Amino acid sequence: MGYKADSYDVIVVGAGHAGVEAGLASARMGAKTLMLTLNLDSVAFMPCNPSVGGPAKGIVVREIDALGGEMGRNIDKTHIQMRMLNTGKGPAVRALRAQADKVLYQSEMKRTIEEQDNLTLLQGMVEKLIVEDGVCKGVITKTGAEYEAKSVVLTTGTFMRGRVIIGDLSYESGPNNMQPSVNLSHHLEELGFEMVRFKTGTPPRVNNKSIDYSKTEIQPGDEKPRAFSYETTEFITDQLPCWLTYTGEETHKLINDNLHRSPMYSGMIEGTGPRYCPSIEDKIVRFNDKPRHQIFLEPEGRNTKEVYVQGLSTSLPEDLQQKILKTVPGLENVEMMRAGYAIEYDVMVPTQLWPSLETKTVKNLFTAGQLNGTSGYEEAAGQGIMSGINAARNAQGREAVILDRSQGYIGVMIDDLVTKGTNEPYRLLTSRAEYRLLLRHDNADLRLTELGYEIGMIPKERYDRFVAKKEMIEKEMKRLEKVVIKPSEQVNAVLPEKSTELKEAMHAANLLKRPEVTYQEIHQLAPADFDIPEDVAEQVEIQVKYSGYINKSLQQVERMKKMDEKKIPDGIDYYAIGGLATEAKQKLDEVRPLSIGQASRVSGVNPADVSILLVYIEQGKIAKIAK
Amino acid sequence: MEYETIAAISTPMGEGAIAIVRLSGEEAIKIADRLYKGKQPLESVDTHTIHYGHLIDPDTEQTAEEVMVSVMRGPRTFTREDIVEINCHGGLVSVNRVLELVLRGGARLAEPGEFTKRAFLNGRIDLSQAEAVIDLIRAKTDRAMNVALNQMEGRLSTLIASLRQQLLETVAHVEVNIDYPEYDAEEMSKDLLTTQLKEVEKEIEGILVTARQGKILREGLSTVIVGRPNVGKSSLLNSLVHENKAIVTDVPGTTRDVIEEYVNVRGVPLRLVDTAGIRETEDLVERIGVERSRERLKQADLILLVLNYNDELTHEDEKLFEAVKGMDVIVIINKTDLDEKLDLDRVKELAEEHPMITTSLKNEQGVDELEQSISELFFAGEVESQDLTYVSNSRHIALLEQSRRTLEDALEAVESGMPVDMVQIDITRTWEILGEIIGDSVSDSLIDQLFSQFCLGK
Repeated sequence: MGYKADSYDVIVVGAGHAGVEAGLASARMGAKTLMLTLNLDSVAFMPCNPSVGGPAKGIVVREIDALGGEMGRNIDKTHIQMRMLNTGKGPAVRALRAQADKVLYQSEMKRTIEEQDNLTLLQGMVEKLIVEDGVCKGVITKTGAEYEAKSVVLTTGTFMRGRVIIGDLSYESGPNNMQPSVNLSHHLEELGFEMVRFKTGTPPRVNNKSIDYSKTEIQPGDEKPRAFSYETTEFITDQLPCWLTYTGEETHKLINDNLHRSPMYSGMIEGTGPRYCPSIEDKIVRFNDKPRHQIFLEPEGRNTKEVYVQGLSTSLPEDLQQKILKTVPGLENVEMMRAGYAIEYDVMVPTQLWPSLETKTVKNLFTAGQLNGTSGYEEAAGQGIMSGINAARNAQGREAVILDRSQGYIGVMIDDLVTKGTNEPYRLLTSRAEYRLLLRHDNADLRLTELGYEIGMIPKERYDRFVAKKEMIEKEMKRLEKVVIKPSEQVNAVLPEKSTELKEAMHAANLLKRPEVTYQEIHQLAPADFDIPEDVAEQVEIQVKYSGYINKSLQQVERMKKMDEKKIPDGIDYYAIGGLATEAKQKLDEVRPLSIGQASRVSGVNPADVSILLVYIEQGKIAKIAK
Repeated sequence: MEYETIAAISTPMGEGAIAIVRLSGEEAIKIADRLYKGKQPLESVDTHTIHYGHLIDPDTEQTAEEVMVSVMRGPRTFTREDIVEINCHGGLVSVNRVLELVLRGGARLAEPGEFTKRAFLNGRIDLSQAEAVIDLIRAKTDRAMNVALNQMEGRLSTLIASLRQQLLETVAHVEVNIDYPEYDAEEMSKDLLTTQLKEVEKEIEGILVTARQGKILREGLSTVIVGRPNVGKSSLLNSLVHENKAIVTDVPGTTRDVIEEYVNVRGVPLRLVDTAGIRETEDLVERIGVERSRERLKQADLILLVLNYNDELTHEDEKLFEAVKGMDVIVIINKTDLDEKLDLDRVKELAEEHPMITTSLKNEQGVDELEQSISELFFAGEVESQDLTYVSNSRHIALLEQSRRTLEDALEAVESGMPVDMVQIDITRTWEILGEIIGDSVSDSLIDQLFSQFCLGK
């Protein structure tokens, strides 16, 4: 019944946010790539909130763009609103967020994939992997087609043994009533992978025409045109607003009175849900002193009346959901279009992966996205692009590319996943990054474009533009360090009232270090004889103004890098190392860190264990030399 | 971690005329040079040479210690790194001050066995010693941990844990503003941040000032000798000083006529206060009526109350006992070489629980017992643990001071209008440093705090 189908360099299973980046990256790196998905109509589908970006996540989108990925470009073409968040705070935490036109986002992404050279998009359900002697050699679909490949990437999201729960109703399903993938999950267990159950959820959707917006607050997009991609030159100016309303006493009473109908509290849900996106019933139980909770009404697109009710994620029964909606100001007469639900699914314990995202148990097999225990489109896409790059490099016989914690949020996320694992759906937060000040949204290109070019993801023309920008930043920074600004009436007229007068002559760079002085003002006092584009000015201002903190971070990075450079040899037997604490032995054996740096980040491994490990490794070296 | 410059006291604690603080690492010479004042900077001296000079406290610009400094450049050293050894006067006060200065100057306190570990990692020690190094690291770490844990139980540990919790809540508040900018949490304002940080700063300063062990280590135990004229106060002072090689220092900030003498009694540093008065055999009893003297007495950590064996107990003696009620007192009955005229039963009654020592200072009798008694009073008899007590505490003090500085950085940053996410870097650092004191620096705590403090969701 089975048949031999084509062979590829790389096969990507799934075409969600991880899958599309994996497939595109692999194809762009010159690998002949097949992308298999359950349903061609759900490529890059957004089953939950219709938005991309936000703190940390928005920076990931820019990192993906700097590496030559698609998410940034795609949302730039298809958003209905864009905002810069945290503008009142420091540059490191500023972040873009866009509201997406869901349907447009999908069709645009699908078109890009269809047009991509080296990439074949195909509908089909993968049920098995072809694995011989611990090496993955291809996949088999439900229809019996056997595809061979040098690398396989699994990005199956929340589909694996998915189970949807609404009140006391529960049925096997992927998100949004799509077909779940059952056999593949069992197959992975047979191959020896440890799987755990996670849970997430989504709020109901309502019809725009039934909302009384006069009882809500408007949340418009930024007037200034914005874009995620460093390459975007055309901006969408026609934006749609979102709206803010609140739950109230009535809402809370209704939920409290009906908690017995919640599957969360009746014990029907076994999966671990994320703390950062609790259902409304969770919020009311855990924070019962909070009188109201925010509800954002977000349009799902330009050609639909569907509105996403952010803040009301729930798995309560459908009839109750309708009643709850109606307690919210503005929604008194609302028509619900889709009910909210909770979904449970299988997750691969991510410590089973190398930092390249290749599995430790099965060679040539990579996994990415929600399957690895993360949550969010951006987190999925960030892993997707790295798994695609590494799957292609693996197929081409090249070494894996691994981003470290100082290079990007993507590096932080993958290091966290493979080193520490996660016991709930993992979401990126800026506080997870110890070098947050270096991982800014404005410098993602400076951090990663070079690498993107080296590995063949960034075309030459783009790279040349990047180099020109970089050189101009350096040139302008050097200039500001040399040019002296002398006190004069003109100077003190320009310095804003809030700053103190200039009494002695000062280098322009030092003056710019005053928190209240802007680059624009410096430029006015000491103009350059060449044009400085806005993005260059922004870089110069940030790098000069915060150089003290930036340098502190860079010193920490140096220390981390020295530790990361100390490699741990393959096949080290942790149980044979006397002196290591038992817990450290177990954890190290499970994670099998590649470097002393990674070992030091494994939970349960203390500094004494790291010291002992170092001594042991050196001992091995000395022994080798002695022979 | 393997590349920072480390420092530790490398001579046994408490005894000996000379103590050595050793630094090893890339910055060893640079750090020492920043403190050292001598004929020429250490950067320019030949390797394996020793130099006389002084250490200057960069904060006060005062001379802190008289030292001999050896400079040994790698790789011909024990660790194969640059090594500097600072020789200073023995005793806890001096050596601790030197260690604190180099730690403040940028060195990190060495972990147990770390010099040996570096020697090994840099190829200085051969293979046969490797296992021994592992054992050393394990054993010393466990022992140090035990001691640290024992010490940390109780008030200080609770206090630090609660300060960390305060900081964590502040950071979580900052973080929620950053990661959930639209969430309806109160925005962390400059004023709110300043108030919260100042509270913690005040507490840390409080710990630094009052932590008894810390105070002893940094300043010596403030000790006053009291007694009527001619009971042998000067002799007592002289025997303590002569036996223990006193270091006479002008203490900045005090009146010029008050000279304080440091003596090290079996690892307990004593600061003999107002000794000028004692030397002049001034009638302290009369002065007790004077408010100022009463204050001085009340501030003392230890009272050495001297009585005359050869004289009857007077009203003045009784008044003395009354004045030192509730303090740490050692009663010394001197001149046992002469006839007994003192009502010993009455003295015992007055002395209550305080130790009583009989001496004949003239014949050098009883001084050992006195020293033993002082040592017991302050180490509660656990003399063995005193080295580790000392090391951990000096570490605590260094860390507390470090945390105070990072907190000051944070406050300065707030003041100068730095964005809150930059300030957060200094706050988090403070939190981490305090965590090192109680052996807890789990970064996941922040994320736990974030989600337990705020109701966030989609």
